[in-house]
Amino acid sequence: MTRPLVRPPRKNPILRTRLPTLPPGLRSRPALGLTAAAARGRFELQVCRDCGAVQYPPREACHACLSRRLDWRAQDTGGELLSETLLRHSNEVFSRERMPWRLGLVKLDCGPVVVAHLHGDCAGAPSRVRISLHLDRAGQAALVALPEKDSPNMADDRQLREMTCDPKFRKVLITDAKTPLGQALVEAVVAAGADLVWAGQTEPWKKPPGFERLSAIPQVSLVPLDLTNSRSVKDLAGEIGGRIDILINTADYHRNFGISARDGVETARAEIDINYFGLLRLAQDFAPAMRARGADGQTSAVAWVNLLSIFALSNFPPHGTYSASKAAALSLAQCLRAELGPAGVRVINVFPGPIDDEWNQTLPPPKISPARLAADIVAALRGGAEDVYPGDIAQDWLARWRDNPKALERELAAQQL
Amino acid sequence: MSRSRTGYDDIVVTCPVTVPYVRYSIHGAHWFLAAALAELLKDAGLGKDRLDGLTVSSFTLTPDTAVGLTQHLGLTLRWLDHIPMGGACGIVALRRAARAVQSGDANVVACIAGDTNHTDSFRLNLATFSQFARDAVYPYGSGGANASFAFLTAYYMRSYGVTREDFGKICVAQRANALKSPFALMKKPLTLDEYLSARMIADPLRLYDCVMPCAGADAFLVLRRAEAEKLGLPFARILSTIERHNAFPDDPIQYRGGWALDRDELYAQAGVGPKDIDVLATYDDYPVITLMQIEDLGFCEKGEAADFTRKHSFTADGSFPLNTSGGQLSVGQAGAAGGFLGLVEVIRQVSGQALGAKVRNARLGLASGFGMINYDRGLCSGAAILAAGQ
Repeated sequence: MTRPLVRPPRKNPILRTRLPTLPPGLRSRPALGLTAAAARGRFELQVCRDCGAVQYPPREACHACLSRRLDWRAQDTGGELLSETLLRHSNEVFSRERMPWRLGLVKLDCGPVVVAHLHGDCAGAPSRVRISLHLDRAGQAALVALPEKDSPNMADDRQLREMTCDPKFRKVLITDAKTPLGQALVEAVVAAGADLVWAGQTEPWKKPPGFERLSAIPQVSLVPLDLTNSRSVKDLAGEIGGRIDILINTADYHRNFGISARDGVETARAEIDINYFGLLRLAQDFAPAMRARGADGQTSAVAWVNLLSIFALSNFPPHGTYSASKAAALSLAQCLRAELGPAGVRVINVFPGPIDDEWNQTLPPPKISPARLAADIVAALRGGAEDVYPGDIAQDWLARWRDNPKALERELAAQQL
Repeated sequence: MSRSRTGYDDIVVTCPVTVPYVRYSIHGAHWFLAAALAELLKDAGLGKDRLDGLTVSSFTLTPDTAVGLTQHLGLTLRWLDHIPMGGACGIVALRRAARAVQSGDANVVACIAGDTNHTDSFRLNLATFSQFARDAVYPYGSGGANASFAFLTAYYMRSYGVTREDFGKICVAQRANALKSPFALMKKPLTLDEYLSARMIADPLRLYDCVMPCAGADAFLVLRRAEAEKLGLPFARILSTIERHNAFPDDPIQYRGGWALDRDELYAQAGVGPKDIDVLATYDDYPVITLMQIEDLGFCEKGEAADFTRKHSFTADGSFPLNTSGGQLSVGQAGAAGGFLGLVEVIRQVSGQALGAKVRNARLGLASGFGMINYDRGLCSGAAILAAGQ
C-alpha cells in the first residue's frame, strides 16, 4: 500500500534548485498516435482495419496481414504481469535522479506484450494489473500498470506522481477567482490538498455572492491581478511567481453575437485583451519561473491550465467573436506548451462546453455547472492527459469535429438562424 | 521439410583475431576494424589485393556501412556484406562468407566486427537502437538491456527454479577461464560471494550479471581448405550452421530462442549430437541467456538448466567447457564484436590455437549467437558447429 505523501519541509533557499531534465522524448510518427490518445486521457492501441489484429509497439503496417490501414481504438485495460524489475541503474540523467524505478512486462488481454511503469501497489508477478496511459514529463505517452482495483493513497505513488500534476501539497494560482468557476475551483483544489491557493481578483471592492466564504479558507490568499494590465501581471509575478506550482487561468471575457449584430470592435477587442493578450501577458511573466522549477522536488512546478472553450475548435457563430478569441488563445497555448515542455511543465487545455452562466443564458441544456467543471479540472491535474473536454456538449462537438470538421462547421452555421 | 542443405565441404575458417579490448577509446570504429583487418592479413600472410570479399558488423561505424569502409581502407572487392545483427553477426557472417567462397563468388572473405566505445557512445546507441526500443522501451527508465534481461532472469528463476547461485556458478567459472586469457578486461578472480553480494543493477541482476561495454574488434577469414593449407594456416572445418530471426513471436516472454526451432537440423547436418561437443561458446551478455542456449541447443531439456549447472564445472579443464576465453562477461562486450567473440574462441580451440585456457583434445566446438533486443526480446539466433582441421 502506498505510503501517504508527507508534506515536504520548507525549501532551503541556500540549496541549489535541481534543473529539469526529461525522459527520452523522441518518438516515431506511428508512436505519436499513442501520445495523441494519452493527450485525451484514453487508452487506445493500433488496430488493423482489415484483419482486426491489435498491435504494440505502434508501427506502419499490420504485423499479421501487412495492411497499412491502421486505426487507433480503445482497448480493454486488463493484463497479466509476467515479470518485473526494480531498476537501479539508468543511462539517462532523468531516470538516474529518480532511481529505483519499478518496471513490468505485461501481457495485455487484448493481445500485445508491453513494457510499463509499474505502480508500487501492484502485486508481484504473476498478477493481474490494469494498464493506463499517461503523458510523462516529456509529454509523450507512457504505459502505467496500476493495481486492478484502486488502492489507498495510490496517487501518492512516487512514480505515478512523476506523471501527474496532483495538487496535493502544491501551490496554485487561480487567475480569476471571483467567477462561479473561479470560486468552485478554489474550493476544489483546496479539497484536493493544495498547500496554498492564490485567488486572483481584479476589482477587490466587488464582493460577488459566496466570495466571503472563500477568503475565510486558511489556504486561500487573495491577490490583485488584472490581466489587461501588464504592470499588474508583472507585479504579481515578481511577488509569487517563483512559488507557483500550478497556474490555472480562469480569466474569461465572454459576450454574445457574431459580426453583423454589433457595430465596432470594442467588444471583440475586450475579449481578445483578456482571452488572448491576458494569456500572453501571464505567459511572459509567469512561465519563466515555472520553467526553472520543473524538477523542484515533490512539489515542483507541474502544470499550466488554460480555460479555453469548445468554441475554440470551430466557430460558434452566435458567439462568433468570443469563439475567435478562444481560437487565438488555443493557438498561443500550443506555443506555450512547446516552451514549457522542456521543463516538464504540462500545459493542460480545457475545452468546456457552454458553462451554465449568464452569458450562455439562451443556450439550451445540457450546460456544464461551474462545480462540475472545477471537478473535471482537478481530475485532469490528477490524471495523465493534456486536452480535456468537460461536459456533454464538449464531448459531442469533439466527436463531430474529429469525425468531420467541415460537417461541424456547417452544422454550427445552421444554428445561427 | 525442404530438400536437404548442401554441406560446406572444403570451406574452412581460419586466422582468429582479437584486437585487444579497452574500456574506452578516443578512436572511431574504423580504427578497430582496420586493426582487425591488418592483423588478419598479417596472420594469413596475404596482401590486401588477395582479399576479394568482406563482411562488416559494427554499431558505431555509422554513418558508414561496409561500403564506406572499402574506400576508407582502400579495398577493391567483388563481394561485400554488412551484417547488423549484433550478437548473431559472427554466425551469420560465417555462413554467408562460406557460401560465397563455396559458390566461387569470392575466394578469400574477411569477416570483421568491432566497435569503439567513447564515454557516451553506449547511451547514444541504446537511445536509438531500434524504432521499437526508442518508442516503447528506452523511455521506461532508460535501463537498456539490463531491464529486458532482468525480466527474463526473474521469469526464469520463478518458472524453472534457477537460483542466483546457479547463475553465479557460470559467471565465476567464466572468470576463472578469463584469468588465462590475454584479452580479458577482467583480471581479478571472482568469488561466488562477490557475485552474490555485488551492487544491484536491476533486480534480480547484480553487477556481475551484466556485460561491460568496451571497445575492440574480432575477425576471422573464410577460404578454401586448399588455400589455407597452401598458406600453412591452421583451420577449422564448418560442419553445419543455422540462423533464425523472430522465432516464436507469440511467446509472451522469450523463454526460448530460435535454436529450439533449428537445432535438429544443426546436429543432423553435422552428423553429431550435443554429447559430442567438446567446447561450447554461448552468447553471454547475461548468464540467463547462456542457460537458455544450453537448453535450446539440446544439452539439457527446457527447465533443466539449473540441474545441469549444478552438475558441471564449465571451466576449460573441467566438465562442459563453456566460454573458455572468459566470454563477454569477463572479456567485455565490444559492441558487434560480442557476436564474434565466442566463435573466434571456438575456432582457436578446435584449430589448436587456444591463447588462454585450453580445452584438451577439443575436436568439435559449437558457437552460438543471439542478438538484437529490438523490443522485448532478442530477434536473431544462430549457431555453428566447427571441427578440428584434420
